[in-house]
Amino acid sequence: MTGESTRLSVEARGISKAFGGVAALDAVDFEVRWSEVHALVGENGAGKTTLCNILAGIYRADAGQVIVDGTERDFRSPAHAIDAGIGMVHQHFRLVEPMTVSENIHLGWPETPGVVSQRALNERTEQFMGEMGLHVDPTAKIWQLSVGEQQRVEILRVLARGARVLILDEPTAVLTAKEAEDLFAVVRELAASGLSVIFITHKLREVLAVSDRLTVLRHGIREITRPTEGATASEIARLMTGEERVLNVEHRVVTGDPALELRGVSALNDRGITALHDVDLTVRSGEILGIAGVSGNGQTELAEVICALRGLESGSITVDGADVGSMSVRAVTDMGVGHIPEDRIGMGMVLSAPVKDNAVLHNYWTEQFSQGLNLNRQGVIDFAKRLVEAARVQTRSVFATAGQLSGGNQQRLVARREALVADQLLVAAHPTRGLDVNAAQEVRSTILDKRDSGCAVLLISDDLDEVLLMSDRIAVIYEGRIMGVFDAADADREPIGLLMGGHSSTEAA
Amino acid sequence: MILAIIENAFLSLIGSAIPASAVVMLAATGAMLGERVGVLNLGQEGLIGIGAVYSVIAVLSWGVESPWLAMLIGMIAAAVAGLIFAVCVVAFRASQVLVGLALALGGIGLSNQLGTNRNGTPIQTLFREVNPGGVLDDNDAVSAFFFHDPVVYIAYIGLPVVLWFVLFRTRHGMNMKAVGENPAAADAVGVSVTGWRIFYSVLGAALTGAGGAYMVLSFTPTWSPDIARGRGWVALAVVIFAGWRPGWAVAGALLYGSMISLDTTAQARGWGLPFMGASDLSFFLSMLPYVVTLVAILIPAGAVKLGRRVRSTAAPAALAIPYSREER
Repeated sequence: MTGESTRLSVEARGISKAFGGVAALDAVDFEVRWSEVHALVGENGAGKTTLCNILAGIYRADAGQVIVDGTERDFRSPAHAIDAGIGMVHQHFRLVEPMTVSENIHLGWPETPGVVSQRALNERTEQFMGEMGLHVDPTAKIWQLSVGEQQRVEILRVLARGARVLILDEPTAVLTAKEAEDLFAVVRELAASGLSVIFITHKLREVLAVSDRLTVLRHGIREITRPTEGATASEIARLMTGEERVLNVEHRVVTGDPALELRGVSALNDRGITALHDVDLTVRSGEILGIAGVSGNGQTELAEVICALRGLESGSITVDGADVGSMSVRAVTDMGVGHIPEDRIGMGMVLSAPVKDNAVLHNYWTEQFSQGLNLNRQGVIDFAKRLVEAARVQTRSVFATAGQLSGGNQQRLVARREALVADQLLVAAHPTRGLDVNAAQEVRSTILDKRDSGCAVLLISDDLDEVLLMSDRIAVIYEGRIMGVFDAADADREPIGLLMGGHSSTEAA
Repeated sequence: MILAIIENAFLSLIGSAIPASAVVMLAATGAMLGERVGVLNLGQEGLIGIGAVYSVIAVLSWGVESPWLAMLIGMIAAAVAGLIFAVCVVAFRASQVLVGLALALGGIGLSNQLGTNRNGTPIQTLFREVNPGGVLDDNDAVSAFFFHDPVVYIAYIGLPVVLWFVLFRTRHGMNMKAVGENPAAADAVGVSVTGWRIFYSVLGAALTGAGGAYMVLSFTPTWSPDIARGRGWVALAVVIFAGWRPGWAVAGALLYGSMISLDTTAQARGWGLPFMGASDLSFFLSMLPYVVTLVAILIPAGAVKLGRRVRSTAAPAALAIPYSREER
């Protein structure tokens, strides 16, 4: 166990990197040994991915050195890193969707024959897969594969090129529990065969399950590097977050006028298939109705029909008694309906526009910000500054573009903006998806404050814990149908879980 | 009898369509090269003009006696324009649409200016028709498909075959397509997105310039202002119609060429229009190439609308999107 196993495969010394004036990494040291799985842990925006992107040649460090197997390296592109034996599997896969598995594995690879046939590529691919004990159909197009299979293609591609250091960026974020278990086994095996695996994650359970050593980053600074053996989840969590903020939520039973009412609502999805079947729902002022369900069971369409982003096939939707079914998006917004969209990058903001413009994206036309054709520039800037401060968005200034914000800061901004728009109703779709503990708590507090001020909230989330924590009442959705509605007081995990999986409990009742 | 007439008409149509749209074919191939790596160059119209005018200058002012050399000079001039375009949109990430439009307008203006004193001067240095050694009789059927310039064969057979082979049968082509579909993926495996995009923008511009050169060295064969007459725009439409596949570009270019030929044939024969009281068809037939172009590009768009999109005929996913590695 000495010698080989304690020799360093990768060493980073004093790495610094800033984006748009905000430091993502500040003089970070990081060492990885051969034959180990090294967990790189931290919240969103802690600098984990940035550090690994530097190791993989995607970004260049502003300062610091990268030493690979004893030799200092200066990677000017990912190709240089691959040559040095460092390969990265990104959180967002770098695969070409219309191409086959074989083609993707052979892409940009000097060892690919100059003249290729699909069959030759498939044969070569089969051979690697055999050698590495990982299998995917080589003839399948990437878009036909499950996420877990796509990830395997990425890993195969990196290994085929002779990578000795494998970096996995949040590899389980997109996997099912079973796929994650399979991945852990693969990772352990690779380390056992002498490779280094850097495993980026913010899930404590995974750190303990898979790693030999761990490094915690917080706000771009290394907190600790230590063996995983003997570490506890609470200790790592404390190092990650600095402090714990626990949210106490008091559930209420609200009677009174419904703020939002859906009657017999049916709607189609983008492919023209019925996604919502005859949905009846009521949300009263001052309560949170949680929608529990596995992603893809009509939640997206539900949020969109309420916000007038999608047409109805049948049924009616009323907000505060007024029929919004045929209204424009702006008219619905003017009624006091806020929407934290599921896809905050695509729908929630304009990444290339400054933060100040994004701050008023949903109400720039109101008297507060414009007179006739004129935009009240100073008013927008002042408002944006207040919003950024209140939402604790970390940004250089309100003139920085939204694309320069980290994911958590983008979500904070959108959530607070929509909360301000929402007088009657706030539709929050997966509001904390992908956020770290602190950012998630802040977004949740924003939503709870809205409820307490008398706004109705429709909370859509595929995280059942979140639905149980936040909701006053819970509706379960499955294949576009509401399977049952529970008061928070009688909501048990098990019957809800069964309904989410399509097992109707009413059959027995 | 009737059949023979129809056959005759068809053959003469094809016979004149082939050279008429060789320019479109060359420009479409040039545009396709760039678009396959994600660079949309709307400046085809300007590149045709630049390629044409420099070939004219080469022949009339520099005394170049080989049409091939004259064409090469036109190609180099267009390639230089293509390089300026590529540096703007790839290295500096300027809007491909805006710079492309500027190139279209600027290229037309520049070529008209340079060509001012050469209007209508006949070009003597021409490509010679390929005559397969008197083996074939000179009848309609034969002359429709043979007795064209070598450039025609290169444009319709040589280039599509080579491009098809490179795109679909080589490692190089695989990487090319990856740059156009998902530059981040190509970058991650070590393909230089910037390098490839600039290279193929320049090569594509050179091919389009060859189209312009071919016009003045064979088709017209003289310089006249606004020489491209919309063929650059048609070439861009042909790329869409072809679904970014080299073989289909041949069909698209010929379809367009047939419409042009129909127009000239009708004008020559004085066909009248039986409706709308017009005594000749020309206004309608002159419009026809553009109408057909419009319809042709609506077919794939309509297929998308109807949910029958075939993935292999969709535009490269990263078309006209600048790539920046450090954006997050």
